[in-house]
Amino acid sequence: MSQEDNITNSHAEKAGFWRERFPLDAVAYFFKKKNVPMHRHSIWYYLGGMTLFFFIIQVGTGILLLLYYRPTAEAAFESVQFIMTKVQFGWLIRSIHSWSANLMVAAAMIHMFSVFLMKAYRKPREITWVSGVLLFFLTLGFGFSGYLLPWNTLAYFATKVGTEIVSVIPFIGHDLLVFLRGGEEVTGATLTRFFGIHVAVLPMLVTALLVLHLLLVQVQGMSVPPSQIEISARNKPMPFFPYFLLRDLLGWLVALGVLIALAALFPWELGEKADPFAPAPPGIKPEWYFLFMFQTLKYIPAKILFMDGEVLGILAFGLVGLFWLLIPFIDRRPEERRSSRWFTAFGWAAIAFIIVMSLIAYVIPQTF
Amino acid sequence: MEKEKSGLDRRSFLDYFLGGGVVALIGSVFFPVLKYIMPPAIPQAVQNDVVAAKANELQPNAGKIFRFGNKPGILVRTPEGDYRAFSAVCTHLQCTVQYRDDFKHIWCACHNAHFDLNGRNIAGPPPRPLEEYRVEIRGEEVVVIRKA
Ligand code: FES
Repeated sequence: MSQEDNITNSHAEKAGFWRERFPLDAVAYFFKKKNVPMHRHSIWYYLGGMTLFFFIIQVGTGILLLLYYRPTAEAAFESVQFIMTKVQFGWLIRSIHSWSANLMVAAAMIHMFSVFLMKAYRKPREITWVSGVLLFFLTLGFGFSGYLLPWNTLAYFATKVGTEIVSVIPFIGHDLLVFLRGGEEVTGATLTRFFGIHVAVLPMLVTALLVLHLLLVQVQGMSVPPSQIEISARNKPMPFFPYFLLRDLLGWLVALGVLIALAALFPWELGEKADPFAPAPPGIKPEWYFLFMFQTLKYIPAKILFMDGEVLGILAFGLVGLFWLLIPFIDRRPEERRSSRWFTAFGWAAIAFIIVMSLIAYVIPQTF
Repeated sequence: MEKEKSGLDRRSFLDYFLGGGVVALIGSVFFPVLKYIMPPAIPQAVQNDVVAAKANELQPNAGKIFRFGNKPGILVRTPEGDYRAFSAVCTHLQCTVQYRDDFKHIWCACHNAHFDLNGRNIAGPPPRPLEEYRVEIRGEEVVVIRKA
């Protein structure tokens, strides 16, 4: 046997080795065939991948923070301080984790509303929508549970207020509050619990749902909004591999740049250590993605008939959330091409509501 | 016909039997888990009075947070020089209130609630007044007592 033969043989063997063990051809074929429809709203197809990108950053920086973080009332604040002041680039890692969390919520929000307005939740994508909305709620759960972990004053009171809100739910409210707080009060037990939820429970749930969500998107392909069906039929779709993927990657690169710039120029502050026996500081505010709810609750009178206004407001938000989750089963259009004006109007109204309420909360100081 | 019917019955009996078994199994797994995640109640010694401040500690038109058991309380000295004491836990969503000498009354920073010097909720979202305590001056000490 000549030397040349030998080399080609070993090459073929190597390729064959993997081919025999993994049916990669089917996957490769799938990606070769995968297309992205081109029309006026194609830009919105990038937002889901963007959310995924921030999520990956969160996993990476989160694992790094775990190396130094200690989840007890006595040590949490000090360990974050240690990360920020003593650990090399610790401030950067923590800052990226905080900023990326916010950008991830923003990207997920935009992704969700664009999907809603483009009617991508309709048959047969109901489960994709439901899993997506659940993923969004879990993202908010990450934000809420992570916020407490540095154990600073703002986080302490935000958690107190946030968990207290849960207790208005009829029948199970108080049990839920005790479950969340690990007792009647916000204490070190709460911190340890939130830590477990933040780094074990939520990641597990998100991973399962994310796999389902992404798998469904692959199986069903991209949805085309009703208004764009004709345009998209005229245009040639873009092959996912490599063209769309490359654009995705370019987007991720830009996102990374923005993220690093924010994290470096505006390092996330640590504030003061939580003191359960100090008054709530003036100017206390929840994170921006919860602001619109708090602002709304302010406008509800203290008493409506015999019920606390707060209770009614919170129940109303719960119902709207449920409605949002079940949208695909409510907006059933037999002819897929028709758009449903009422639902579109609802989507825009919700967006306008969130923006206006958040702006008011920012403009009027201390009284959100 | 007879045979078929009894066969069906046996089948559905087995279905119920198995189904019931599965439900019992799941229940016996999740019941302890559910109980486990609810934290055990830790008994707190109920404290009915506490020394909140020294007699000369507070100037008129000032306030102070003190520990009352495991909850914060607020001791206020009115501009006239009287002492008042309340639970410092806001009746809205449990933030800790503070005395504002510029307002001359109690204020909650969380959602901008105002309470007058009798603890009454006069503005903002709280549904109820603050819980009021009794104040006694015993020599050099200002003692706050839970009302019966
Ligand atoms: S908790 Fe005091 S006003 Fe809301």
